[in-house]
Amino acid sequence: MRAERPTGAGPVRRVPPRPQPPRQHPFRHSPFSGAGRIRRRRTAALVLAVGGALLAAACVPGTDGSGAVGAGVPGSAATSKPDPAKAGKATLTVWDQEVRGGQNDELERLNAEFEKKYPHIRIKRTARSFSDLKTTLKLAISGNKPPDVIQANQGYSDMVAFVKAGLLTPLDNYAGIYAWNTRYPSTLLNLNRVSVDGRDFGTGRLYGISQTGEYIGVYYNKDVLEKADVKPPKTWGELTDALPRIKDKGELPVQFGNLDKYPAIHTFGVLQNQAGGAQETRESVFGRGKGFDNGPTKEAARTLADWKKNGYVPKGANGTGYDDAAKKFAGGEGAFLITGTWQLPDLKKTMGDSLGFMPPPPAKKDAAPVTTGGQGLAWSVTSKSRHPEVAAAYLDFITSRHAADVMTEEGVLPALPGKAARDIPEGSVDAQMVEGWERLNADDGLVPYLDYTTPDFYDSLSADLQGVIDGSVSPDELSSKMQRSYTDFQDKKRAEGKAKQ
Amino acid sequence: MRHAAGRYRRRAPGQPRAVGYLYVLPALALYGVFLLFPLGQTVWLSLLHWDGLTVATWAGTDNYQALLTDPSLRGPFLHALALLFFYAALPVALGLLLASALSRFRVRGMTFFRTVFFLPQVLAMVVVGVTWRSILGPDGLLNDSLRAVGLGSLARSWLGDYTWALPAVGTIGTWVETGLCVVLFLAGIQRIPRELYEAARMDGAGPLREFFAVTLPALRAETAVALTLTIVAGLRNFDLIYITTGGGPGNATSVPAYEVYHRAFETNEVGSAAAMGVGLTVLIFVLTVSVARLVEGRNR
Repeated sequence: MRAERPTGAGPVRRVPPRPQPPRQHPFRHSPFSGAGRIRRRRTAALVLAVGGALLAAACVPGTDGSGAVGAGVPGSAATSKPDPAKAGKATLTVWDQEVRGGQNDELERLNAEFEKKYPHIRIKRTARSFSDLKTTLKLAISGNKPPDVIQANQGYSDMVAFVKAGLLTPLDNYAGIYAWNTRYPSTLLNLNRVSVDGRDFGTGRLYGISQTGEYIGVYYNKDVLEKADVKPPKTWGELTDALPRIKDKGELPVQFGNLDKYPAIHTFGVLQNQAGGAQETRESVFGRGKGFDNGPTKEAARTLADWKKNGYVPKGANGTGYDDAAKKFAGGEGAFLITGTWQLPDLKKTMGDSLGFMPPPPAKKDAAPVTTGGQGLAWSVTSKSRHPEVAAAYLDFITSRHAADVMTEEGVLPALPGKAARDIPEGSVDAQMVEGWERLNADDGLVPYLDYTTPDFYDSLSADLQGVIDGSVSPDELSSKMQRSYTDFQDKKRAEGKAKQ
Repeated sequence: MRHAAGRYRRRAPGQPRAVGYLYVLPALALYGVFLLFPLGQTVWLSLLHWDGLTVATWAGTDNYQALLTDPSLRGPFLHALALLFFYAALPVALGLLLASALSRFRVRGMTFFRTVFFLPQVLAMVVVGVTWRSILGPDGLLNDSLRAVGLGSLARSWLGDYTWALPAVGTIGTWVETGLCVVLFLAGIQRIPRELYEAARMDGAGPLREFFAVTLPALRAETAVALTLTIVAGLRNFDLIYITTGGGPGNATSVPAYEVYHRAFETNEVGSAAAMGVGLTVLIFVLTVSVARLVEGRNR
């Protein structure tokens, strides 16, 4: 009985009592509903089309080889200070990532001054956020008309890759002419060096110069510390002792948001340095050390996991954004915040005088501080630039003593603080930041960012640190994974080196 | 005039003629330049080792072999398949349920509800991502609600939890795609002749029986379309992951589309990224063709 009943989709033979909409299916002409023969022909056409496109693509060099090592490296034969005034009419194209408040203002001012000083030179500026610049820069500078001046991120994935492809001009001659060599401490200059063969980083030719300094420090909320009856710590021991006391008073000891993955690298770097790993880490980042299978690395991971377990950092740290955490800290949630100097202008704006800042306090009172840090992105000159001398003059201008004062006035930390930095009122948070920077440079206390170590270090470390915080990756596992990534990369570099010889 | 008419009479009206291709040509040219050519280029790149800058070297099938053997490349595909449950299966099931329920009762202001259901489809994924990121945050709306009803022990940082991040992202997908399915099915149900229901009721079918005997078979074509659209949306999911988790915690939510971007632009592995893109294309193709064959039931 039931079997004879029309079950839905089949055509209904009865005359409908009222007009029905046509039963034709609206998607009858969808690509997957044709009859067998037509489909076969269509498939054939598709295969032909794809094949044709593939052939066409194969003819086009998808891999522009014009940037091979040594192909376009001009020796920059300059021997005396170039004078942009004599360069005639020129337009300097500049791509940078200084889009944040103070940094943008500082650069706009300097650009205007440069144009005023050399009236026939025009600066065409393209400013993009850090990640936008990172994703477009590669295509821009490998083209035929690249910008003259760019900001390149240090490390293997950007600067070293650009040098390997011969896209940047070595600046060693200019460094001599403009006395950058004596102006900058060598630890800072070295971060912008790449070896001639384009394999090593931190040594070799100079490919850029940085305008700003930056380091990871400890921000503290004076009001919260006062409420918890804790004084700003003078040693690392005082800081760690304060954490349980702050917690007992019902306040959050350390504000921390790691949804964006990278913040933990900074916190971890600080802990690693405090555990005594600074020297070894510095060597290993530049590929000269033994790696990361060592006590301080494991201890740092253990500390981070303990902080989470004991509730010194928020329970949902892995699920809170970096900016959200900073906002919460500014709103009074948390006694400490461990992050970079770049946060200072924004935090100061909301917190005012209750904000304090210091480099991570040393193990012994008044000893030299050590922390993760370095400098802003390097300003580099592309090898296809038509005005390399003007570009060099521009680089010198935006890193000069005068430029440093402009930066200080706009609340930015210059790599080399100038006169204006000394005029900052004593005890203010800006003064604390500048003092810390000068101390770190004087005592050689800067350890480069861990993610410079290998091209995929950022990826693996940031992912694994989320695991450490979560408790699913043990300190031993973390350290052995870091070690494996390190040795794999060093082996690969050595193998490449042998193949070249 | 008569001449031309005579010539055309020999052909049945509507029969395909070569001149048809002339009309398709402009579209085909665009399609070729912007789709087929890049596709071919991607396939070509996937056969190379290339960092995006220096001279590429021939890789042959290396990148594809890695796709099958390297867990960090295989993982994203597994996540994507798991996400399909949330992006395709669940929305279609929910859509069928809601649509048949809505069509059984006369609902006042139906247009309003349809609009509300469809709204997530219209919103930019970035907006959806940012909103849900705040809802699912440790102090977000979801946890606050759980605490308010005394279920505070269930509260967690949903996007930062290794076990829950993938389902959490999946739930956002369910929310987005369900509306599309409901609207599609509502339109389909309206075309089902009422007498089929009457007949079913006369035979004593209850609401459940009615659903399986009348509604579901009649919505076969719509189901296929809904599945195709949601599967494609689920597999090429990039923006939501980018905004909410960035593939984390660890690599718990990395998906192929995100990994393509990540490798091509951030870690300078263009060949590997291209291979992944091709793999994704093949997967989408295979799944949509299977849907067309199995669900829509053509070509049997």
